[in-house]
Amino acid sequence: MIRDPEHETMPRPELEKLQLERLKVKVREVYDRVPFYRRAFKEKGVTPDDIQTLADLTKLPFTSKLDFRDNYPYGLMAVPLEQAVRIHSSSGTTGKPIIVPYTQGDVDTWAEVMARTLATAGTTKDDVLQNAYGYGLFTGGLGFHDGAERLGALVIPTSSGNTKRQILLLQDLGTTVITCTPSYALILHETARDMGIDLRDTRLRLGVLGAEPWSEQMREDIEERLGIMAINVYGLTEVIGPGVSVECPHKCGMHIAEDHFLVEAIDPETGEQLPYGEAGELVVTTLTKEAQPVIRFRTRDIISLNPEPCECGRTMVRMSRVTGRSDDMLIVRGVNVFPSQIESVLLDVEGVEPHYLIVVDRQHAFKSDELEIWVEVSEGVFSDEMQKMEGLEKRLRSEMDSVLGIAARIKLVEPRTIERTEGKAKRVIDRSEL
Amino acid sequence: MRIKQVSVFVENESGRLEAILEALQREKISIRALSVSDTAEFGIARMILDNPDEGLKALRQDGFTTRIDWMLSAQIPDVPGGLLNSVAKPMAKAGINIKYFYAFIGQVGENKAMVVFKPDDIEKAEEVLKSLSVGS
Repeated sequence: MIRDPEHETMPRPELEKLQLERLKVKVREVYDRVPFYRRAFKEKGVTPDDIQTLADLTKLPFTSKLDFRDNYPYGLMAVPLEQAVRIHSSSGTTGKPIIVPYTQGDVDTWAEVMARTLATAGTTKDDVLQNAYGYGLFTGGLGFHDGAERLGALVIPTSSGNTKRQILLLQDLGTTVITCTPSYALILHETARDMGIDLRDTRLRLGVLGAEPWSEQMREDIEERLGIMAINVYGLTEVIGPGVSVECPHKCGMHIAEDHFLVEAIDPETGEQLPYGEAGELVVTTLTKEAQPVIRFRTRDIISLNPEPCECGRTMVRMSRVTGRSDDMLIVRGVNVFPSQIESVLLDVEGVEPHYLIVVDRQHAFKSDELEIWVEVSEGVFSDEMQKMEGLEKRLRSEMDSVLGIAARIKLVEPRTIERTEGKAKRVIDRSEL
Repeated sequence: MRIKQVSVFVENESGRLEAILEALQREKISIRALSVSDTAEFGIARMILDNPDEGLKALRQDGFTTRIDWMLSAQIPDVPGGLLNSVAKPMAKAGINIKYFYAFIGQVGENKAMVVFKPDDIEKAEEVLKSLSVGS
């Protein structure tokens, strides 16, 4: 169902006109009110007056996760703190969390884009929607909750976890729509099976799944095992949370709420804007956010954009499933590994220097990937006793296991074995490069 | 008596021991005793040097991770059971654990050998040695 035909099926020239109007207002706002943006604009030699067409967007500087960290907690706000009514946060992958404040206006906008998102996915006001995204600082819980209520569905706010109770409620309350991460959908299936329940026999018919990268194979798996249609939904805390884009039942790309979010795909190396259809890093500019608008936020997610109108009638640009991350996330044996996680483990061990190298060995076609972490032995951790050195190795190995979720080999190496580079350190190498 | 040991972290790769020895030779430091314990990946080279402080400096300068620890040394008779009766038994009797040790002969005098070892309680171990008058 198309909840907001006026916007969702707007002819593109009109939509672009609306986007430009809103962009001009936001650019002026952040320039006037947020020192970070004013400085960044000045560095690029651009002022709000330079934005006369949508193409002028490329004159504006990018914003990155790092800028959120550097301006933690309230440095990116465009309204006085008193006007904010809520905070959400994402853990981020390094150090400080990312803080996102919302005004009442933002909360309303978000509820509306989430209602639209759920409707696009195929939810109606008659549905019983069980929301198994985590409630709290995470945007998933309250984002879906508010959107489902706005839509008029009956919401069961189970939050994440307590899987047996989830299944009990799902059965007894006649849940028709489940909202959770794709991996949790599979956990629901497994737990139900262990309880002797086949989810295909329940009223469950639809899953609106997201908040983590997943594949088409996983979709097929979920649809088959749970007996549902599985719809991909996308969003980011920095921008608003879920509600940025979602598939319709045609499952041919996620419709972006372009009246609220202006998107581009860029070459992650050069920062150049790419034409439609080419795979690049998704960049989002918020057009309506009040508390903390973001200009050209680099999401690190690799996607491609398709402007063709969809069979469903929507004219909004569709983005492909996220096919990768432009930053240095590794996928080892199917598990996402961030070098920053490895760094945090090393830094937690007193005396260990943050000089490390991650070696991934994928050269054996018939063997699974091997992950090896080289750690330089500094005087802070060096002992003349072998037992202590082996203890260090063992401790690092078990900490890595618990943080990364996969086994890694630890190799203790001499100082300066690991190449130092200017600027961004090269942390990851493939065995074949050695 | 107490004696300083210089130990060095060394990757188990060809040329690494050579690099240690070269650093010492350059500073004209002589090795009295040497022991290397190793795993498949790395080793710890432990050395008694004629000038441990200068040795440490030279190795650090070449980028090695190194440290100095106090050890005990003892002269023992170079006869069957010498080590057993002059060190191992008395230490065990005193409840002292020896974490590792190594020995060398020559330079010490006829029919004498020298052991260097790391007890878990150096004060107590020193007392034991004194009472046996093998502390050299």
